[in-house]
Amino acid sequence: MRLTPKSATLLILVALIALAPVFFPSGFYYRVGALVFVNALAVTGIVILTGWAGQISLGHAGFAGIGAYACALAPVHWGIHPALSVLLGAAASAVLAWLVGRPILRLKGYYLAVASLGMGILISMVLNNERALTRGPDGIGVPELGLRAVLKDAGLGLSNGQFWYFLCGIALVVGAWAALNLRDSATGRALRALHGSEVAARTVGMDVARLKLQAFVISAVYASVSGSLLALQNRFITPDVAGFLHSVEMVTMAVLGGVGSVAGGIFGAAVLTLLPQVLTVLAEYEQLVLGAVMVLVMIFLREGIVPSMLRKGRRREE
Amino acid sequence: MSELLQFLLSGVTVGAVYALVALGFTMIYNASDVVNFAQGEFVMLGGMITVFAHAAGAPLPLAALTAVVATAALGVAMNKLAIEPARGAPVVSLVIITIGASIFIRGAAQLIFGKQIHRFPAFSGEDPIRILGATILPQSLWVIGGAVVIFVGLWLFFTRTLLGRAVLATSNNRLAAQLVGINTPFVMTLSFAMSAGIGALAGVLVTPITLTAYDVGLAFALKGFAAAMLGGMGNPKGALAGGLIVGVLEAMTAGYLSSQYKDAAAFIIIFAVLFFRPQGLFGRQSTDRV
Repeated sequence: MRLTPKSATLLILVALIALAPVFFPSGFYYRVGALVFVNALAVTGIVILTGWAGQISLGHAGFAGIGAYACALAPVHWGIHPALSVLLGAAASAVLAWLVGRPILRLKGYYLAVASLGMGILISMVLNNERALTRGPDGIGVPELGLRAVLKDAGLGLSNGQFWYFLCGIALVVGAWAALNLRDSATGRALRALHGSEVAARTVGMDVARLKLQAFVISAVYASVSGSLLALQNRFITPDVAGFLHSVEMVTMAVLGGVGSVAGGIFGAAVLTLLPQVLTVLAEYEQLVLGAVMVLVMIFLREGIVPSMLRKGRRREE
Repeated sequence: MSELLQFLLSGVTVGAVYALVALGFTMIYNASDVVNFAQGEFVMLGGMITVFAHAAGAPLPLAALTAVVATAALGVAMNKLAIEPARGAPVVSLVIITIGASIFIRGAAQLIFGKQIHRFPAFSGEDPIRILGATILPQSLWVIGGAVVIFVGLWLFFTRTLLGRAVLATSNNRLAAQLVGINTPFVMTLSFAMSAGIGALAGVLVTPITLTAYDVGLAFALKGFAAAMLGGMGNPKGALAGGLIVGVLEAMTAGYLSSQYKDAAAFIIIFAVLFFRPQGLFGRQSTDRV
């Protein structure tokens, strides 16, 4: 039987998530793994937006901030269950993305980059300044999701680290699966067509502005859910989640691994999440390294690591 | 009334800086169609290098000159190392490259200069001058005067000198400029050097008022960009008008609404421009060639 690239990507992903814990020397690695999955989920959204639709956002952390603070605030103020707060955050992010994206995506070029950057900074400004609601820069506690206790009653006892590792892993697989399905759908093909040439896409009757808007809204939902999962597993969140640096991290991860492929984005997220854990001395150099990676990858490996490698491998086979 | 005048004066002062940053955006955009997000880092470097050269014993004018020249050299290096190798890359790639360069510069500045806030003394004292019940710092006059000199100087350069006209010709049509023998790679290099130098000079002028730190560049870049867009991307007159409007609106927001949200003014302007008049105040409706 020959696997399609889609099922191959998903199978490898599931196998990696399921088998990696065998090699974990301590419980700490579950936590790092969960962090990789959370970042990879947000990056998958960037792949849809930047890799396929060819639009760049520098404010996606703002949506992660909305997702995160929805989980911190909605249960306390409105008594909404944390799990439903994830959906609430995603809906709020989608609406905001739609409102911001609609007028801007009619324009070409770098406008979305700037507008999204401004939007992200406005969101983090509100999170920092509205102390009465968000407790400002010091951060705020997040209620317990409660799912782990339910699983325990059902006879599935997991440590906190294990629980979040597998929950985030499942979220990533679902996210990757949805993204890959989208890529092969009519919408996905249209998105990649407009990336190739907007004029050509318009000539064959595609509603270019609407397609770009769809990609922007979908990717905002990915970022929002990723922010929610981060908040729920840390049980604490600060406005840094919505900060400019976090937005840039997302783009860098996607660009490093390969912004045109879901597998590439996940790979990039894994590398840039693990690197600081492995080399703690890098903390000082984080910005320097991020910046250098962005520039060098764009000049020398324009498609990112994974697609470049795949191409090399394919050439060798021939 | 004196309150309004006070806000207006401080708005014009920061506005002059934003106008210079917007001018930097404009020059690079005209020469290469690249929106250089690292523009704000040039402002940071101007202030920062002056601080350290001054602390190392150089007299202030020499320290300032060092900062401007060093930053201009860095602008040229950025063009040669990061922009030119990616020539012909899609807009997305170029945006990521300039963002990457700006984060790289910020990271390097953090390592070299530390995370503290720095300043150096004002050029001609700190005693405020009283005008009609409002006050203005002598340094503000330096900022405004500096901006006026640069804008007039550049206007003369672009209209009266052969080299300036070559730059204009290149921004109008690169290929045609090449065909009539204009050295377009040199024009690119020159534009990056001038744009970085102007940014650095803005940083030198404003640092005694606003102080500086390794991470101030982003705010300058965003506000300068808002100004450039408001005026119409690629239009020097627009840069001047846009800078002043952004500066004054920001000062009014801080004065009458909320000082915490004064930085929001620039972004609200960006949104308003994008929603209602994407080509900016002085810009022409853009059309593209297939």
